Amino acid sequence: MTPRRKRMMFVAAIVLGVGAATALGLQAFRGNLLYYFTPTQIAAGKAPIGQRFRMGGLVVPGSIHRKPGSMTVHFTLTDNHDKVPVTYTGILPDLFREGQGIVVHGKLLPDHKFVADEVLAKHSADYMPPAVAAELKAHKGAKALAATNEFK
Amino acid sequence: MIPEIGHLALILALALALAQGVFGLAGAHRRDLSWMGSVRTIAYGQFAFVLISFGCLMYSFAISDFTVRYVAENSNTQLPLVYKLTAVWGAHEGSLLLWILILTIWTAGVARFSRKLPLEFVSRVLGVMGLISLGFLLFSLTTSNPFLRLLPAPLQGRDLNPILQDPMLAAHPPMLYMGYVGMSVAFAFAVAALIGGKMDAIWARWSRPWTTAAWLFLTVGITLGSWWAYYELGWGGWWFWDPVENASFMPWLAGTALIHSLAVTEKRGAFKSWTALLAIITFALSLLGTFLVRSGVLVSVHAFAISPTRGIFVLGLIGVVLGAALALYAWRAPSLSGSGGGFKWFSRETFLLLNNVLLTVAAAAVLLGTLYPLILAALGLGKISVGPPYFNRVFFPLIVPLFIVIGIGPYVNWKRGQGKRLGRRLAAPAAVAIGAGILAAIVGWASIPWPALAGGTLGLWVLASALIEPISRLRQRRTAGRSLKVPRHVLGMSMAHFGAGLLVLGVTVSSTMSIAKNVSVTPGQVVHAGSYAFTFHGVHDVRGPNYSAKQALVTASENGEPAAVLRPEKRIFSHDGTTTTEAAVDAGVFRDLYVAIGKPLGGNAWSLRVQYKPMVHFIWFGGIVMALGGLLALSDRRYRVRSKADAMADDSPAGAMPSKGRLDTPAPALAEERR
Repeated sequence: MTPRRKRMMFVAAIVLGVGAATALGLQAFRGNLLYYFTPTQIAAGKAPIGQRFRMGGLVVPGSIHRKPGSMTVHFTLTDNHDKVPVTYTGILPDLFREGQGIVVHGKLLPDHKFVADEVLAKHSADYMPPAVAAELKAHKGAKALAATNEFK
Repeated sequence: MIPEIGHLALILALALALAQGVFGLAGAHRRDLSWMGSVRTIAYGQFAFVLISFGCLMYSFAISDFTVRYVAENSNTQLPLVYKLTAVWGAHEGSLLLWILILTIWTAGVARFSRKLPLEFVSRVLGVMGLISLGFLLFSLTTSNPFLRLLPAPLQGRDLNPILQDPMLAAHPPMLYMGYVGMSVAFAFAVAALIGGKMDAIWARWSRPWTTAAWLFLTVGITLGSWWAYYELGWGGWWFWDPVENASFMPWLAGTALIHSLAVTEKRGAFKSWTALLAIITFALSLLGTFLVRSGVLVSVHAFAISPTRGIFVLGLIGVVLGAALALYAWRAPSLSGSGGGFKWFSRETFLLLNNVLLTVAAAAVLLGTLYPLILAALGLGKISVGPPYFNRVFFPLIVPLFIVIGIGPYVNWKRGQGKRLGRRLAAPAAVAIGAGILAAIVGWASIPWPALAGGTLGLWVLASALIEPISRLRQRRTAGRSLKVPRHVLGMSMAHFGAGLLVLGVTVSSTMSIAKNVSVTPGQVVHAGSYAFTFHGVHDVRGPNYSAKQALVTASENGEPAAVLRPEKRIFSHDGTTTTEAAVDAGVFRDLYVAIGKPLGGNAWSLRVQYKPMVHFIWFGGIVMALGGLLALSDRRYRVRSKADAMADDSPAGAMPSKGRLDTPAPALAEERR
């Protein structure tokens, strides 16, 4: 094989590879993008019903309750503007607690209750998901919580 | 006093890094022997000062000197000594210092083990590494100085993040950094070759052992990280497509491609400019990994602090390094690449080309999924996230062909393959894999899902085909009746590919046949998972050095026979009340039993996560075997650095693969060498 043909083959292989990857990527992208909504956006009816998305907020103190012995827990998330009730069945992460900024993945029911299939509250105790922090800043409720970050 | 010495040493190291860069590059340019001659010494000096600096920081941690802000933020007098010491790299500033220390270790290593390389070339390599070091020392001193004082000093430190209080902290980050930073050597070799105007088989030969060394550390680091996440995060997952994991995986994919393309460049003189580009890309991805992890743009256990200046600094550093390297590449590569040895469609070159295309496209796909949400967020176009389904769907179609060709490529001749002989060699492993697949399908009819069958067959194919070479060499040795030297780099390759096969089996079986149950249990209650029964006996309190814990007692039995006693814990750290989950794992070769406790559910009920995970250890075992394969290849005599004349006249031990293959008529492939 001449060097020229080899080069052509090389280019062809790369074009083919990149093409295949782009096709696969775009196809997989469409199906698997998770959008992020805030409780305020949900209250305003901007979030889709029955489609999986992410929502972030603070766990409202006193809102966590469950039937004794049940794996299902109910709590309310807020961005200090609007509130959304959440239901989750499963094991909660260690850092899940009242006042904690968390992110949930799941779907919104037609009655505007959120059914979560994943609850994220990893990282250190004073960690705030950037998305939640930004949203709180927007509602000017972050002062007390920002104070915990001061030491950093 | 000690922190000031550390600070001063770091500043002196900065001065030496600058000198190393200037004398190295300018000295080579002017062919000034005294300048070039001094670069090695400067490199050792820089290493010594960074080591002093690192030692000072470690000492401050050991004596809990809370007048040092970084110590106060990340340590605590109650912390066991081993965690006090490993806490040095438990957060941003210290891990950056570790990064720099490791860079100077690699630099000193290059200086020490390159005695027989041309001085001009070594001088350029060390110069490039000195400039990289300069960038990171500047980064450390200007934005992330670990020696800043905190006055008045607090009485007690803030403690190390409890999730990090694990023996694995002593191993995972240093290994990973050894890998990341080690890629800077391949990068510096490529840049030096581009500057010097000589990209040839010899350059590739020099690069190979360093690249393999960096790759094996990266492999170990990723494997350990995966194992750590498995038992520490409490969910029993081993890979989450978390951006930080991706950050280490992208350089690994590119580095793996680089190892293979270096082989082509060395043996056949082909793919030269592509190999140089790949070396640049691999190190750029390592830097990107550092940026992603350190800048705080990511939501992750690894993201230490949110600081825009730091992020911008690293981003700027990547821009400068990558920009300069790519500009140099664009300027020099076209005139240097020349024509390598030609090859037919059906040849080992083609298979290695396929390997490279698949691996780099896979790396690009991971890059897309990792960066897309970040870019969108940075541009204010909305907050989205790309979940594991994306990665799985893009990754598998790319990786399955890779694992098919992994069994074929090594046995195809260079330049022009011979179908018949290849068919004979591959018949046995193909028969083993397909036969076992069919057998499993018949025996486990309807009970084994088809992805498990397909993946298992693929895994067996990789395993069996990796054994072709060692077995035939062994057989030959027996018939020949004499001690036959088996070239270690060939065995190393077989071993690494065998490890990949173990990985495929582990991933397939554990992800298709695991059983996981989240249940609410009261004492005495039994949970069934597969053939195992788990009995929950209740929870009691235990105390650790700096935490108190709720420990559950769970016994597991298989068909009535006792199988394991498991004590998962929920630890509450006294310092700030942080809770961590310590899963209890009964690890076996063919199955893990995994139990973690969740929260109390009221009454005396607890939530419990019980998992049966078949063959999950094959995943990490496979990773370690791959790394050991790299180590074996590295120990080959052919990589001991020789002078250029030696290298040219070299005929590898046992006539393995002539280094001057390009000069020969059809280079013999493995199949023919034994004759």
